[in-house]
Amino acid sequence: MCLAVPGQVLSVFEADGARMGKVSFGGVVKDVCLAYLPDISVGDYTIVHVGFALSKIDEATALETLRTFADLGLLDEEFGPPPAPAGAAP
Amino acid sequence: MKYLTEFRDGELARKLVAEIRSAVTRSWAIMEVCGGQTHSIIRNGIDQLLPPEVELVHGPGCPVCVTPVELIDKAHAIAAAPGVIFCSFGDMLRVPGTAGDLFQVKGRGGDVRVVYSPLDAVKLARENPTREVVFFGIGFETTAPANAMAVVQAQRLGLSNFSVLVSHVLVPPAIEAILGSPANRVQAFLAAGHVCCVMGYHQYPALAERFRVPIVVTGFEPLDLLDGIRRAVLQLEAGTATVENAYPRVVTFEGNRPAQAVLADVFEETDRAWRGIGVIPRSGWRLRAAYRAFDAEARFDVSGIRSVEPAACRSGEVLRGTLKPHQCAAFGKECTPRAPLGATMVSSEGACAAYYNYGRLVDLGTGRIGSAGAVACPA
Ligand code: SF4
Repeated sequence: MCLAVPGQVLSVFEADGARMGKVSFGGVVKDVCLAYLPDISVGDYTIVHVGFALSKIDEATALETLRTFADLGLLDEEFGPPPAPAGAAP
Repeated sequence: MKYLTEFRDGELARKLVAEIRSAVTRSWAIMEVCGGQTHSIIRNGIDQLLPPEVELVHGPGCPVCVTPVELIDKAHAIAAAPGVIFCSFGDMLRVPGTAGDLFQVKGRGGDVRVVYSPLDAVKLARENPTREVVFFGIGFETTAPANAMAVVQAQRLGLSNFSVLVSHVLVPPAIEAILGSPANRVQAFLAAGHVCCVMGYHQYPALAERFRVPIVVTGFEPLDLLDGIRRAVLQLEAGTATVENAYPRVVTFEGNRPAQAVLADVFEETDRAWRGIGVIPRSGWRLRAAYRAFDAEARFDVSGIRSVEPAACRSGEVLRGTLKPHQCAAFGKECTPRAPLGATMVSSEGACAAYYNYGRLVDLGTGRIGSAGAVACPA
């Protein structure tokens, strides 16, 4: 559960007073809290841990890490096998 | 490591290993603190690429593994209470308490649900105003910002049916406890990259200086780990003890300030018991008085539970780095990931599970670890 997965911010919105975003993790899209990265915007890449964006990273970094995680099967472990990811889907 | 395109680069991996080999003149014990790193090391066969002088000691950095059995038992009691929706990360469902795991509580009619994020638990509380929703808030500094925000949001929404069973643990006091122990044999640390992503690494220079240990902030990819090990070995051989950041694409010295601000608002330091290790002073967080209304331990009467650890399980020694998983008599026999005796076999980040899943067997002749399966080195 300590894995932090890179994803791309697709949209930014407000929910219950918190800054949120739709973030795509190699195709799996989830709602992610963006409150800890006030500067992040649509198109940016970030690493996400238990639904929270923690650090902005560059695109090359993000894509390469995602590919590695996918190769190792870690994305399925984290989100469940698509198209029915574990946990609440947005 | 700056460019990720180099991550799976076998040439670079070979260069790093060659540099480690040529630098080493004597034996060193290096601890990777984080269970995610343990998992990656075993999965990628990094320990097998290293010269025999360099031993990796697996640290206590798996929150599922270090959650004390008393707290697991409290979780099970709360989950079994009528009207409760008990939410947790998936790993926690299989952790054995004194009497069974959360799956068994669910089987007996408990409403136990796996959530991806603590905010999903807040959402459940809002959608189920007649039910008590309890979230099992475990984790290191990486997970704590999420749990803190869940509490802040519950307060903002005025929810009176949401609470958190808090069991947060902190890395620097654990490093200090390991280094301060008379049995310690760890000479350098790979600090957990994602913990430092939140907290920065300004807490580490004082530790490095006081205990004369190199501390290298390290990521999770094979080349990240090799680079972290290389830097630690170079420092050990040179007799230096400073803090280095080998994960600069994610980690800064200051860390994530907005997250630190919310953490400081919601939590205060407390003594915390670690499974198999015992109480480490000021090694955990609990809710501050202003947020005590969201403390599940205050809301549910779960005192007076008598907890018993399975006698055969030696996970305490595994977590302290004094015993390798395969040296436990139950390893792979009474204890497997399908029927785990201890949390270090339950969590995919636990050292026992990593050894089991990647076929590591003891080599009795040399004491070195061998592998039954193919070695997936990054080359
Ligand atoms: S192999 Fe099983 S019983 Fe032995 S220490 Fe690990 S978790 Fe405990």
